Amino acid sequence: MSGLVGTIVEAWDELRIHRLRVLLALIGVAVAVTAITGVTAAVQMMNQAFKESADRQSGRSVTLDLYAWPTGAAGTAQPTEQQYAAEFDRIVERYGITYATRQLGGPIRFRFPTGTAIVNAQVVDPDYGVITRFRTTEGRWFTDADTQRFAPVAVVNEAFLAALGVTDLSSHPTVQLGTDTPVRTEVIGVYHDEWSDAPPSAYLLYDHVTRWGLLGADMANQTPTFKVWVPPDLAAQLRPLLQRDLAAALPGTQVEVPEPFTGQNVLDGASRWVVLGIGGFSLLLGGLGLVNIALVTVRFRIREIGIRRSFGATSGRVFFGVLMESVVATVVAGVVGVVLAVAVIKNIPVEKMFGGSIEDMPPFPVAAAVTGMVCATAVGALAGLIPAIVAVRVKVIDAIRY
Amino acid sequence: MSLLELSDVTRSVRLPDDRVLHILRGITLSVDAGEHISVVGRSGTGKSTLLNILGLLDEPTSGGYLLEGTSVAKLSGRRRARRRGDDFGFVFQQFNLLPGRTALENVAAPLMYARGRAFWRRFRLAADMLDRVGLGDRLDEMPDKLSGGEQQRVAIARALVRSPRVILADEPTGALDVDTGGEIMSLLDEIASQTGAALIAITHDLAVAARAQRHYRLAEGVLVPITLNAPGRITEWVGDVPTDRPDDAVATALS
Repeated sequence: MSGLVGTIVEAWDELRIHRLRVLLALIGVAVAVTAITGVTAAVQMMNQAFKESADRQSGRSVTLDLYAWPTGAAGTAQPTEQQYAAEFDRIVERYGITYATRQLGGPIRFRFPTGTAIVNAQVVDPDYGVITRFRTTEGRWFTDADTQRFAPVAVVNEAFLAALGVTDLSSHPTVQLGTDTPVRTEVIGVYHDEWSDAPPSAYLLYDHVTRWGLLGADMANQTPTFKVWVPPDLAAQLRPLLQRDLAAALPGTQVEVPEPFTGQNVLDGASRWVVLGIGGFSLLLGGLGLVNIALVTVRFRIREIGIRRSFGATSGRVFFGVLMESVVATVVAGVVGVVLAVAVIKNIPVEKMFGGSIEDMPPFPVAAAVTGMVCATAVGALAGLIPAIVAVRVKVIDAIRY
Repeated sequence: MSLLELSDVTRSVRLPDDRVLHILRGITLSVDAGEHISVVGRSGTGKSTLLNILGLLDEPTSGGYLLEGTSVAKLSGRRRARRRGDDFGFVFQQFNLLPGRTALENVAAPLMYARGRAFWRRFRLAADMLDRVGLGDRLDEMPDKLSGGEQQRVAIARALVRSPRVILADEPTGALDVDTGGEIMSLLDEIASQTGAALIAITHDLAVAARAQRHYRLAEGVLVPITLNAPGRITEWVGDVPTDRPDDAVATALS
């Protein structure tokens, strides 16, 4: 026990006393560990940013889109919108799907202070917000309670709000929509314009739109798309079942459930190897620097090693001691590297770097940090091996006289 | 049974030009516990080699070396190192203090290789030993801030901190002035006597050598008992004198 503790204490003492040398030797190792850990974390964040961006476009992984449309075949009656909705509800209930929405997009008339304008609106259910990670810059997205409200509510973009002549929701702005029987709608949420000079756009609740007959002639003839968010491991099984059940329940209807978009993992395949390759190469360079300095140091310390042998240090102890110096040093460098990586990652300007904020920040890549630490320690052991052999091969009497 | 016993020990090395250099020839020496022995001789006569063999830092080419009756030749490298740490304390001419470490850390350094209580209480033991050599108030001083005499005191404290059976001093006063050298030797004698350790000192200085109970002269690798009078003059040769070099020259150099 005292031998092991003594070796570690001795190694630590050496590092403490030669801290400048150690610092110089270990910069490379620390940078390499920072690179491995930091780049992995950054790539994971980038992945998450891409994923969330994709989620906003086409729903979370895995979102299945159910398209149904009448075939127009002779002898079959076209299902009504209510039939579609009822069958869709039945399927959602049958498979215990938690998040599901209808979606229909098209022009709806809004009466702005400057006059009536046709706005491209999306008509959805409240679950749409969860499925697509919908974010408002002000106000809120729809809740289930909103569907029970008598008057419709809307979530609009900033251009829409500007067209209303208001800058925020503090005045609870309203807008009339529809033509023959207009209805006043309260704006409860605002979302960011997708691009500059974006035209006004809005989201409305499906139940409100159908209740008030707000769909234009074009939209009234359309069948809504059904979106369901299902567990990724069940998506492949569910897809044909949903298609089969809906088609069976709605005769004369063509049903399609396309292969879902699963996104792309930036850290997959070649890019992963490039990242690891850069980190590994940095670590190799750091290790070579360490070997170089450790060798010079051992030569510088030959006399000291001789003196320690006169104290009774066995060759094994000398070997292990020199090796441990390198290992302890690289472990310290590894810790510094990981801390640096954490500091960098925590201060990354996410919006600027990835073009959008991240809702679900991925956890710090502990596996990458551990990998970096293990690699650094292994490099330390390898780098310490050569000087340790040199230290042991020195004759004690030559060393004392050195 | 003697503490150390060399019998007909030789040490030779092969030179790059393939000649063999005989450093020690037929050394026979017996040292008992608590004895003080001095070895005088000119530079290059093999004094340090003899000390290294005695301290298990080097191995004889031939001959026997018994350490408390155990043949050193039969000890493994690991056992030799352990016995070196347990039984011997070294005092060097150039002090050989570890750079970058305080006086306390230097004295505690040999205890890093001890086991049990000695290891865990190393700083307490080192502080006590520094106190004994009169440096109790300089524990945290770096060696380069100490005078030569103080550095050698630290070295003596370091040599004695593991309570060795034998103290091997290689020119312990060689880097010190006469007065400081005298003080250091008095300290070494005193502490060695108190701890009951045998003291084997190698020196050029006959005055230093004269402090010992038994005196030897090493010339041309041959160890010869001599008698020194109080001021440190060789008064009597005992045994054979090597014949391949005029000994009067050696005597002149030593006197």
